[in-house]
Amino acid sequence: MLDSGSGHARSGTVLLQTIGLTKRYGSFLANDAIDIAIRPQEIHALLGENGAGKSTLVKTIYGLIQPSEGEMLWQGEKMVLAGPHDARARGIGMVFQHFSLFDNLTVAENVALGLDGKESFKAMSARLEQVSQQYGLPLDPKREVWQLSVGERQRIEIVRVLMQNPKFLILDEPTAVLTPQEADQLFVVLERLKSEGRAILYISHKLDEVKRLCDTATILRGGKKISTCLPREETAASLARMMVGTEIKQVKAVAHRQTTVPRLVVNDLSLAPDEPHGVHLKNISLELKGGEILGIAGVAGNGQDEFFAALSGERLSRDPGTIVIDGHAAGHLSITARRKLGAAFVPEERLGHGTAPRMRLSENALLTGHAASGMVHNGFINTAATLATVDRATESFDVRKAKRDPEAASLSGGNLQKFIVGREILRNPVVLVVSQPTWGVDAGAAAVIRQALLDLAAAGAAILVTSQDLDELADIADRIAVMFHGRLSEPLMTADADRETLGLLMGGSALTPKDVPDAVGA
Amino acid sequence: MQLVLEKRAERSTVIALISPLIAIGLTIVTMSILFVIIGKNPIAALNVYFITPLTDAYSLQELAVKAAPLVMIAIGLSLCYLANVWNIGAEGQFLVGAVAGSWLAVKTHGTDAGAWVLPAMLLLGAIAGALYALIPAICKVRFGASEILVSLMLVYVADLLLDYLVRGPWRDPAGFNFPTTAEFDPVATVPLLLEGGRLHLGTVIALVIVVAAAVLLGRTIKGFEIRVVGAAPRAARFGGFSSNQLVLLTFAISGALAGLAGIIEVAGPVGHLQPGISPGYGFTAIIVAFLGRLNPVGILIAGLFLALTFIGGEQAQIAMKIPLDITKVFQGILLFYVLACDSLILYRIRLIMPQRKAADGAA
Ligand SMILES: Nc1ncnc2c1ncn2[C@@H]1O[C@H](COP(=O)(O)OP(=O)(O)OP(=O)(O)O)[C@@H](O)[C@H]1O
Ligand SMILES: [Mg+2]
Repeated sequence: MLDSGSGHARSGTVLLQTIGLTKRYGSFLANDAIDIAIRPQEIHALLGENGAGKSTLVKTIYGLIQPSEGEMLWQGEKMVLAGPHDARARGIGMVFQHFSLFDNLTVAENVALGLDGKESFKAMSARLEQVSQQYGLPLDPKREVWQLSVGERQRIEIVRVLMQNPKFLILDEPTAVLTPQEADQLFVVLERLKSEGRAILYISHKLDEVKRLCDTATILRGGKKISTCLPREETAASLARMMVGTEIKQVKAVAHRQTTVPRLVVNDLSLAPDEPHGVHLKNISLELKGGEILGIAGVAGNGQDEFFAALSGERLSRDPGTIVIDGHAAGHLSITARRKLGAAFVPEERLGHGTAPRMRLSENALLTGHAASGMVHNGFINTAATLATVDRATESFDVRKAKRDPEAASLSGGNLQKFIVGREILRNPVVLVVSQPTWGVDAGAAAVIRQALLDLAAAGAAILVTSQDLDELADIADRIAVMFHGRLSEPLMTADADRETLGLLMGGSALTPKDVPDAVGA
Repeated sequence: MQLVLEKRAERSTVIALISPLIAIGLTIVTMSILFVIIGKNPIAALNVYFITPLTDAYSLQELAVKAAPLVMIAIGLSLCYLANVWNIGAEGQFLVGAVAGSWLAVKTHGTDAGAWVLPAMLLLGAIAGALYALIPAICKVRFGASEILVSLMLVYVADLLLDYLVRGPWRDPAGFNFPTTAEFDPVATVPLLLEGGRLHLGTVIALVIVVAAAVLLGRTIKGFEIRVVGAAPRAARFGGFSSNQLVLLTFAISGALAGLAGIIEVAGPVGHLQPGISPGYGFTAIIVAFLGRLNPVGILIAGLFLALTFIGGEQAQIAMKIPLDITKVFQGILLFYVLACDSLILYRIRLIMPQRKAADGAA
């Protein structure tokens, strides 16, 4: 045990220490007297369920949130932060769970805005390229952010922080949206940063990754610190037990689901991008029957966003027949009309796309429910119905929040995700299109969401899941197809879709799938 | 010691309510300094501005009469601003509404046309205002033109149109060459609520509009659509709401309300069409909308307050020889402070002492 109390003897080597750090929201304790000590050349994991208070703690350390009580020591001296610039000045850098980038600015402009230095824009751009090359995080400084995939956006955030040459780096769920390869690259970068003598505080829900990468782990539950341990000496299960307090259930699929009629059919869909760097969708066809779950794998930025927009009706295709929802040609129909046909959608980005961040949950329930859920009568909103949806989602998916109907932005990332998924599943859709269903969701909640998807399929819905997480797809999908450069591969039966085959397809190679027998899930 | 703006996690409802009051307080302090600089006793000046008008029944009625157009226009503007659509040309829509309604009054002048004239005039005013407002809206939706510039420039077009009409085709032949139409017939005049008073039917209409807007925004899906398109455009599109349609709709509504206010003003307090029928209602209404927090009830209160500055300004000119333009200065400073104080809703000001105990950082 490396509890901070025992660290006093070595306090000379402690980089950052918090003592009794507490943050209250009204009567709600998001952080409750947390002690944690971080040393140079250490990768320290911060683990906990959704809403455990991880983001709150690191935001306090970064000066974004003022603590209600307690103090922080930086290199042994008391530290009071006026704001993030104060933290940055000391050498603390942070990569956020939700990105803080301006969509309409270029990569270089975004980086410039986040830096406090006085160097010229040109010198900064050059340094940006140099740092991004040096750490193997390629970026084109001139591209505008709105055209970038989530993975690329995260690269900007990481490079931006690295350019400040931090002594202490905080990463809030950096791998939640990365492909395994991208994550591996990130680990190389982190190992390297560690060897350069920096300290890293690392938040993740992926325990295998933590065991592999981290030297120390601190576990939070319900705002309190449960323990500090050495993750290499624990098992994923024992870590999970400390986080949750109980064992985590395994998802179980109904052995053989009955498939019914085709619910979602895509016929030779081609769609030119409506933005300069978008991906051109080319000749995508698929057929998805009721009771079936189709997984779509692929490296971010290969047309998944464009495909989602085409399926949801955020972008229309000229030919109605390209998309058929439950027997109705729907390519030309608006998203509202598609919802009325029984379709439901969960986009990848939860703040600003899946929800309006500054609106209450009940209003966000209305956002997607107004078309078909009895929430609106003659143009008037039935507030009781919207609140009832919030309550039902809260109950079924264990959404933890400080009050009954808070603003969406005040929920922790994982809890908001549970709300969004719950909101759609509770509408009992016949077709569900969902992107990254468990992005940033803790292991226990991820199991709940996956189980809900399996149950929905068992009840006869057709589900299309886009995910970077191959294990997740192996867990729940019946078939897996890979998206590459706007094309969709022929779906493989999940049993045939081992990592190697998928990896090759994700890299654009058209190998015949049947050659390699091992399954991913095995 | 250091002054920083810190983002709040959730918007502060308390500040949202008191921020307009802080703004008014700061404005009054600034105005007092200004009065001192121009050599007037600030206490006396503020008294004339804000207290005297509230002390007699006539001024109180006048207050309501002046507030009515401000409130009507500001309600329309608030719908635009909530949807992140920037109609700055309500003054022009006001004038066009006045002109269109007056057309009927001029055409029926001296005939034995019946009681249908006034309702028809109000309808014409509203329709004309809406159509005029649709010009910048369509330019925005079709060609991506800035609705701010187009709507603003159309104000001057409307102003000159009115000027031309009352100096040319519609001039009262018996009017000694003054640029004005003939006095409207009784059937073309907005009736007074009390014989011999100032209050007219228009003030009631303004109240009805306030209630309607409150219901629209708080209870209907259309109102939700307006708010969500403004607050989170991408989420709104995901919700199935089209922002282009909303640009057209909010411009049309705000134009209609401005046009209605215009014809009510001409057919009510003024009684005929002439240049200068508006002391800048369309622009002042922008301040009313923001001071009222883009909230219908807030707008009602803010409208009364700004009406007070118009009346106070007139009285200060008469009683203390303070130039009338001071009223405009006052309104401008007020808008400045309102917008500045609004940042306190999403941010808090913190004083940070370098060597302070962390323990008193309690929020
Ligand atoms: N501004 C706020 N007002 C009220 N409650 C808040 C606020 N910010 C966070 N909370 C609550 O504090 C708790 C902790 O949130 P936090 O974001 O730290 O969780 P987390 O551990 O990062 O979870 P996740 O894994 O889901 O990201 C949550 O229950 C959240 O609802
Ligand atoms: Mg978090």
